[in-house]
Amino acid sequence: MKKAFSIIVLFLLIFQSSFASTYSSDPQTFVKEMVNDAINTLSNKNLTNEEKANFVENLAIDNVDINALGLYTLGELRKSADKGNLEKYQRTFEKYFLKSLTSRLTDYSSNKFEVISSEKKSSNYTIVKSKIAKSENQPEIKIDWRIYTKNPEKPLIRDLIVEGLSLARTQKEEFASILSSNNNDINILITKLEEFLNN
Amino acid sequence: MKFKKYIIIFSSILLLTSTEIRASDECFEGTSRAIFKFNMALDNAIIEPIAKGYNKLPEQIKNGTSNFTSNIATLLSIPNLLAQGNMKGAGDATASFLINTTIGIIGLANPAEKLGLKAQKEDVGQTLGAYGVGPGCYFVLPVLGPTTARDSVGIIADTFVDPFAHVTWREKELFGASGNQLDYLSVKGATAVDFRADNEVNFDSLEKNSIDLYASYKSLYLQNRENKINNSSESENDWGNLDN
Repeated sequence: MKKAFSIIVLFLLIFQSSFASTYSSDPQTFVKEMVNDAINTLSNKNLTNEEKANFVENLAIDNVDINALGLYTLGELRKSADKGNLEKYQRTFEKYFLKSLTSRLTDYSSNKFEVISSEKKSSNYTIVKSKIAKSENQPEIKIDWRIYTKNPEKPLIRDLIVEGLSLARTQKEEFASILSSNNNDINILITKLEEFLNN
Repeated sequence: MKFKKYIIIFSSILLLTSTEIRASDECFEGTSRAIFKFNMALDNAIIEPIAKGYNKLPEQIKNGTSNFTSNIATLLSIPNLLAQGNMKGAGDATASFLINTTIGIIGLANPAEKLGLKAQKEDVGQTLGAYGVGPGCYFVLPVLGPTTARDSVGIIADTFVDPFAHVTWREKELFGASGNQLDYLSVKGATAVDFRADNEVNFDSLEKNSIDLYASYKSLYLQNRENKINNSSESENDWGNLDN
């Protein structure tokens, strides 16, 4: 019985993942549907950690602009870096991003999430405002989502701004620190990312 | 002792006056990284275990502590809001302090918030920022953590501007109220533990996912100070030509 239930859950998960792109094209509804989906899946005790990680990976690949995020976090070096190194960096960055995202989402998945409003900043960007409810060891957290809407049919997440603090900017400044203390050598940054992946 | 203080203030002002320095520039990175390591060890050994224990306390005790320390912090906000010309903010903060101290039983409860009075937190570093003083270079202080040249001057100036520090740290009577340095340190300690406990998940998550934790803390500190000075919670958009 338990096995049959697990198979059904797994089937539903695969089915859901393969249709991850069916989230609404309206930025506010898109965030709401996607996060609720993530919270429900990550808090599902019948799923293994591997299944949850696969879900997050598919979710991020479909809905986060990982390629642009990788280039943004590299700063000015993206303009001068060698093409081969840049491609290697992009591949490593994607793996790094997916690993850290899984960890972060797992940390916050037990909390109640609510989308409050959205504000269209330009034809390219909409900011969706949301909050995570107060819990035992966490005050209420305001999260703004920077949604890239250049293709209105396919909104993509570019940044999370937690209590006014941009995660993309933090990442960019973290990478800049590593690069500036290593003569702007992109290979050192790639090595550091690989070390993180192997831990 | 006094001479030492003036030396610190003077050197900080010197650092501030250098217009070429941006907040992302380090004053002395090697030393700051060593102090950061020391602070992290201190956090792991003392502050984090206390914060974890604190989080197990009943919600009423945690809320009471948080309200009490926030109410005392309002005393520093009032003169700073006045100095920034924010009369409405200063009025709200004063009303909030008076209501919470009396009806809210020495600030343990926060009835002012229910009346729509939310005291904005301001300090001298923010006031200097509001007057256009740049942050100067960045460094890390033992125990106190990340700061900039401007904010370190602000930390010292806070003890002169803050009526609570005047009564406790300087042990001078004000409107019949008196205290001592232990009172000051106890309230600051409780504020730190309350903050650390509130952010247990955030700190753990940051530590797990950073490849240069020092740089992450620096970025978060600078963004937070920028937002507080601009009274905004919006991050700047510097996506530049990636939009095209």
